[in-house]
Amino acid sequence: MSTYYNPADLAKFGNITEWQPEMGNKFFAYYAEVFKEGALTEREKALIALAVAHAVQCPYCIDAYTTDSLQKGADEAQMMEAVHVAAAIKGGAALVHGVQMMNKAKELSM
Amino acid sequence: MTKSLLARQAPLADTAYQLTVLTQAEAAGAQLPAFAHRLRESGLLPLQPTKLGVMQINVGKMCNQVCKHCHVDAGPDRTEIMTRETMQLCLDALAQTAIPVVDLTGGAPEMNPDFRWLVEQISALGRQIIVRCNLTIIVANPKYHDLPAFFARHRVRVVSSLPHFAAGRTDAQRGDGVFGRSIRALKMLNEVGYGVEGSGLTLDLVYNPAGAFMPGSQVGLEREFKQRLGREHGVVFNNLLTITNLPVSRFLEYLLESGNYESYMQKLVAAYNPVAAANVMCRSTLSIGWDGQLYDCDFNQMLELPVASPVRHIRDFHETTLAGRAIVINQHCYGCTAGAGSSCGGTTT
Ligand code: SF4
Ligand code: SF4
Repeated sequence: MSTYYNPADLAKFGNITEWQPEMGNKFFAYYAEVFKEGALTEREKALIALAVAHAVQCPYCIDAYTTDSLQKGADEAQMMEAVHVAAAIKGGAALVHGVQMMNKAKELSM
Repeated sequence: MTKSLLARQAPLADTAYQLTVLTQAEAAGAQLPAFAHRLRESGLLPLQPTKLGVMQINVGKMCNQVCKHCHVDAGPDRTEIMTRETMQLCLDALAQTAIPVVDLTGGAPEMNPDFRWLVEQISALGRQIIVRCNLTIIVANPKYHDLPAFFARHRVRVVSSLPHFAAGRTDAQRGDGVFGRSIRALKMLNEVGYGVEGSGLTLDLVYNPAGAFMPGSQVGLEREFKQRLGREHGVVFNNLLTITNLPVSRFLEYLLESGNYESYMQKLVAAYNPVAAANVMCRSTLSIGWDGQLYDCDFNQMLELPVASPVRHIRDFHETTLAGRAIVINQHCYGCTAGAGSSCGGTTT
């Protein structure tokens, strides 16, 4: 294999329980609970996951939650808006630190 | 517009070739176990009929649309049409039984010149009628504009495909402009009372994914469809039925051409659900082809897999003989048993 990421590995996610069953199983039970319909619908949760997947830039998660969003009935516009939300927050998070930079620069300047 | 596999003389127009594709992949990759093997593990082999509840009549392959995912390979070029004589044989069989529901499908069933006659006859026998109406047929030609009123007169339950509440996703599967015309037709159905609370006239929509993925939760999608169609188009309906696309005919072609075939089959296999397997629709349905041949379901019909019974034509219909048959299965059946299950009536679990 010549790349760090192999699409086939996504299906093997469950195998992480082999080396530490207790924690692994707890994680998957929690994971399943999180994505069940609750105060948020399954589709809303899939779109949040899709946005986060882009923010953390995880190819596995992008693969999984693109499929999941489509399965839950999201359309292209909703999915792209979710990605824009991630981009806006990431961009905003960088920019808002500009205030810190300004503070520091003022502190150091005459 | 896409053309039918037959019109394009595509290799997949040959059902023997479709079956080779379905079974070869099984031989090539150990990841795709034989469906029969899975059924045996679930204690369901041989798969046997339960109580016959639905007679599904495919009145012909002619259609005004050429949807990309169509398992019938229907289109305007398809001339296979059920004659009134064969319809009469269906009615004779129906009269001998207590089958409560007759499900009329196609193609666009309304394009059969004897369609209205058939509806009237079934209605006279006091059976519930389902019409699988593709919606656009209602606005395709003035001669079809009164279909909503005709349906209402016979209290036909209308079941119509609308793969998405977003125009783009619907048109990608069913053809340019189909969404807009479907909305017009839905409004005409609503006008005569279909889908309207208290009218007793049922209008159900069918959601099948526009791509190589499985449908999500039927309840969640129904809520979303109701909100969006109501808010954006003022359209109302009763239930949303989610249906998984089976790897047959043009959907099989799409899977192969887009490189999604193997991963899609793997998804279906991984989602095998024994409860859904026990509830597959073929156990309670008899499917009749345009020429009167009998099948376990519409998918088997399109794969030309006839019933494994001495009774193979509607003229020889015999309920108890047919009840003793084993249902013919193959790899495409994984589509009916994945996740929450899939049938002409939506999920099965
Ligand atoms: S899916 Fe239905 S409407 Fe579309 S081409 Fe096939 S029969 Fe016609
Ligand atoms: S494809 Fe037909 S025969 Fe196979 S499980 Fe589904 S309904 Fe039954």
